[in-house]
Amino acid sequence: MRLKTLLTATALAAGVAVSAQAADLTVGFSQIGSESGWRAAETTVSKAEAKKRNVTLKIADAQQKQENQIKAIRSFIAQGVDAIFLAPVVATGWDSVLKEAKEAKIPVVLLDRDIDPSGKDLYLTAVTSDSVHEGKVAGDWLAKQVGGKPCNVVELQGTVGASVATNRKKGFDTAIASHPNIKLVRSQTGDFTRSKGKEVMESFIKAEGGGSSICAVYAHNDDMMIGAIQAMKEAGLKPGKDVLTVSIDAVPDIFKAMAAGEANATVELTPNMAGPALDAIIDYKANNKTPPKWIQTDSKLFTAADEPMKVYESKKDLGY
Amino acid sequence: MNRLLPVLVTTAVFLIGFALCCLQFPNFLSTRVVFNLLTDNAFLGIVAVGMTFVIISGGIDLSVGSVIGFTTVFLALAIQRAGLPPLVAFALVLVVCAAFGAAMGAVIHHLEMPPFIVTLAGMFLARGASFLLSTESIPIDAALYTDLPDAAIRLPGGGRLTVIAMIMLAVFVAGGLLLHVTRFGATVYALGGNRTATALMGVRVGRTTILIYTLSSLLAGLSGIVFSLYTSSGNSLAATGVELDTIAAVVIGGTLLTGGQGFMFGTFIGVLIQGLIATYITFDGTLSSWWTKIATGVLLFAFIAFQQSMVGLAGRRSRRRAAGVAPA
Repeated sequence: MRLKTLLTATALAAGVAVSAQAADLTVGFSQIGSESGWRAAETTVSKAEAKKRNVTLKIADAQQKQENQIKAIRSFIAQGVDAIFLAPVVATGWDSVLKEAKEAKIPVVLLDRDIDPSGKDLYLTAVTSDSVHEGKVAGDWLAKQVGGKPCNVVELQGTVGASVATNRKKGFDTAIASHPNIKLVRSQTGDFTRSKGKEVMESFIKAEGGGSSICAVYAHNDDMMIGAIQAMKEAGLKPGKDVLTVSIDAVPDIFKAMAAGEANATVELTPNMAGPALDAIIDYKANNKTPPKWIQTDSKLFTAADEPMKVYESKKDLGY
Repeated sequence: MNRLLPVLVTTAVFLIGFALCCLQFPNFLSTRVVFNLLTDNAFLGIVAVGMTFVIISGGIDLSVGSVIGFTTVFLALAIQRAGLPPLVAFALVLVVCAAFGAAMGAVIHHLEMPPFIVTLAGMFLARGASFLLSTESIPIDAALYTDLPDAAIRLPGGGRLTVIAMIMLAVFVAGGLLLHVTRFGATVYALGGNRTATALMGVRVGRTTILIYTLSSLLAGLSGIVFSLYTSSGNSLAATGVELDTIAAVVIGGTLLTGGQGFMFGTFIGVLIQGLIATYITFDGTLSSWWTKIATGVLLFAFIAFQQSMVGLAGRRSRRRAAGVAPA
């Protein structure tokens, strides 16, 4: 814990040091919209991160429409901003407008999502999370927890066909592959929602003899896990104690469950994509240093040891 | 003079608004911003030309946004999946759209149904059809789609007169001539003024009505082509709500929503005003983009109130004249 505090402090100090050199940068951010809690949190955090570094951030909410994003990027170019952040609503159709940005010598950084391969030379870098890695972090935590004991795991998958769900499954499977004592006994989709998560968990409990043989639950997102926790409590099980839980996203509500001792671990999909992007831009502008083509965000693991109530307090006003 | 006043007011609003933006943001006064306004609103402008005819004739066309969406999906499938050359696909989709508009016009005239209901049904039909074709966004990577959006006449100051902006300007000029110079245009005004009187005068109301809605859907199809070039993709969700933006542009442009009055040039300015508001909000960067809608709503309201008072004033004057009182 002390190490973490130290690291945060160093990072903050470094941030301050960098911002001292960054003379009045203006960055235009074409955001997709505010369709989900995570997206709203990303916008809030982006504003805070820009302020921390003395960067003027201009945000254009595209209301989920690509044409609005293209318009916004054109306006940013006309305005002569120093850099453009783009969270692309779809992967295609950006070539023309990104070429304009390139001609105007304005670097573009992609946030959270990538665009199609034909445009790789049209942006400076992409800051995204690796969802395979997220699944792996969750799997590794579970493997460490159970040690050599046999453990039957049930899995709540995300929406069928969604790349995030496929990747989070893949990462988890890789992590437990080398532990023959951990067995994935049941896996079904809960559509990333609370109500579906609860429903599916109820059927798992019935199928597994009242849940006595379930040792752990892995959910592709926190919302499904919150539903599953409800189902376990109603079936008389003690989630967090009898049944280990690990999920992904780190939304505020899972920390509440964690503080109550009903959830064990969550892997964060950080809403702070703008922070690393801003650092890359500042470094690029000040020292002419080209960042790597892909900046992977940290998939941080949170457990009951991380003062969940404190994390909850810090996250609850971000707009989740 | 009275008829010209709304257009003059609209133009003044645009110029004052532009000047205010320039005062606040020095970078605003550049050829780049001006020509971005044309390129970014090309699809809206094209469809607004058709809507001007419809509204002057006393009608309304709610189907245009869906027709744009349908067109983009149709093109994506025809070009990407069926392998048709883009120009052939363009011709094909324009024929389909024109037929769709003609059918709506025929229903409106022959079944004597209100245009609002008929085009509302058309809106659902076209949007439903595009979802039936594909529910996801399909990228189009034909050579034309990579070359055409980049082709532009470069101007000093970073401005680009793009091909799609040129298409829009051409449509406005052609639409203006058709409305203000030809006999068809005169009939459109007459229809909006008084349908029964026009019919009694021996004008073929049915033919004109069908032609008006055919033109509107045809231009919506052309707008869809421009839209697909703009985003290099076909998306069944494309241009949702654009029919309302279009109606707003036409009314802000000084056309009377009840028909009979309006100018093509006003519509052009109406489109630019909406673009100007959106650009201002992006330049500012702290306002929610939903303010675009709020500002458009306020303007719309102001213009309708203004027009209504003009109509009321004109009515009072003519009554006074009829009563033998000299106009003030």
